[in-house]
Amino acid sequence: MDLADLYRDVIVDHNRNPRNRGRLPQPSHSAEGNNPLCGDQLRVTLEVSDGVLRDIRCEGRGCAISTASASLMSEAVKGHSLAEVAGLFGQVHQMLTSHDAVPGPDLGKLAALSGVREFPARVKCASLCWHTLNAALAGDAAPVSTE
Amino acid sequence: MIALATEVPPGDVERLRAQFPALCRRVNGHLLAYLDNAASAQQPAAVIDAIADYSRNHHSNVHRGVHTLSQEATALYEGARGKVRGFINAASEREIIFVRGTTEAINLVANTLGRTRLQPGDEIVISWLEHHANIVPWQLLCEQTGARLRVVPIDRRGVVDFDAYRALLGPRTKIVSLAHVSNALGTVLPIGEFIAEARDRGIATVVDGAQAVPHQRIDVQALGCDFYAFSGHKMYGPTGIGVLYGREAVLATLPPWQGGGDMILTVSFERTTYNSLPWRFEAGTPNIAGAVGLGAAIDWLAEVGMERIAAHEAELLAYATARLLTIPGLTIIGTAPDKASLVSFTVDGIHPHDLGTVLDAEGVAVRTGHHCAMPVMEFFDLPATARTSFALYNTRAEIEQLHAALTRAIGMLR
Repeated sequence: MDLADLYRDVIVDHNRNPRNRGRLPQPSHSAEGNNPLCGDQLRVTLEVSDGVLRDIRCEGRGCAISTASASLMSEAVKGHSLAEVAGLFGQVHQMLTSHDAVPGPDLGKLAALSGVREFPARVKCASLCWHTLNAALAGDAAPVSTE
Repeated sequence: MIALATEVPPGDVERLRAQFPALCRRVNGHLLAYLDNAASAQQPAAVIDAIADYSRNHHSNVHRGVHTLSQEATALYEGARGKVRGFINAASEREIIFVRGTTEAINLVANTLGRTRLQPGDEIVISWLEHHANIVPWQLLCEQTGARLRVVPIDRRGVVDFDAYRALLGPRTKIVSLAHVSNALGTVLPIGEFIAEARDRGIATVVDGAQAVPHQRIDVQALGCDFYAFSGHKMYGPTGIGVLYGREAVLATLPPWQGGGDMILTVSFERTTYNSLPWRFEAGTPNIAGAVGLGAAIDWLAEVGMERIAAHEAELLAYATARLLTIPGLTIIGTAPDKASLVSFTVDGIHPHDLGTVLDAEGVAVRTGHHCAMPVMEFFDLPATARTSFALYNTRAEIEQLHAALTRAIGMLR
């Protein structure tokens, strides 16, 4: 167990300076996610048109992993088609949960989160934003929870 | 630094530590500094061995057989009840009910006393400090009976407002249920004074003693409460066993809660008659091994001495408080003048969960989160805190290990 593998420079940077922070004034999609274990709360707002995720903002409070993951996700999905976003979700999920998975080239900076799987208690912190994004795209009214 | 005359000499602590197998292990390459005792304390070999001896040599069902093992199991189980009686100075073993833990104890009271005594509009008083286990059973009861839950406020130190409490007690108040010691902040309530106010008004009193029992001598007769609940695993015993003390005069008026097994005298399809106290409230085969382990923990505590434990923990609290406050950006949450040996804190710019992970990598076990006391977190507008909580076996060296690990976390993450 190596902490440097969890708190990589990219993650520390995105925690200190989260990208796409805040809330879109008139989102087409929006959802709330909670991680009751840590008290993490996240609101994801999206602008989707013609099958493309054109803009995204994330707002909330959480640990470094959860904050950095949301920030990295926002960069990774912005401007991509919903099909590409779904593909990314699958790859991230695989990376966070399966022990032998080698992060694919599509993941880019998201690969920095691969160390999280060595810390089972923290996987939910990294996946909360993705589940919240999915809930927003699915139009779920109820907040998602990692529990 | 407070220097107490009764302070346990370092060599003495080392001798006690050596009795705890778990404290000898390493975690992530470091000596374990176990500072999560408010969640569960470690078990001494005396407890582990007592449970193993029961399982190896005496395991059987209680109150049933005429055969030797059953009689031995019964003697061990009822012997443990006698130890609990002495430990909290209850008047009689009939007042000692074995349960799974504090949570089940409070649920038992809510489902017996609560359901028979409450009318719509009646009130139950708790404090803002309560663990969820002393909130939710009462909320469920309110839904069932139409009673109302009233909450005594706290101040910024985490002290329960006694005057507000007195003002809340009214003709509709039927039950007061309070934590003796706050698990999230460490606040110790002058519980005797709170109980006396309620008793004077004929209100039933319930005390959640889960965090108090491991740290100070409890005398339920001196306190004068109707119910006092606590858990084995916070007092160096196993999980899955706890105690509800109930004053006999009150217990005798209550209907059973769960049905089956030990709580019964005779059953026919027309009518069932119930067993006498305390077995009337112990349906089903009980956690015999757990009770044996709890009894061993009580023997062990008696040998060490509660006064000695309290003195050592007070010294650790003072030392930890002073050392933690040297860390830039660290804020202690819960600064009541009378505190149990735990420190809840936050560090600017670092989420408690990240602290917890870095500390674990350094072999330091603390609790991070809302501590099952979300209203307390809400009060301080925090999602979570980190909490270090001390036991008899903790040392200044472990507090230094915590300090160094926190310094590393800040270097990494801030």
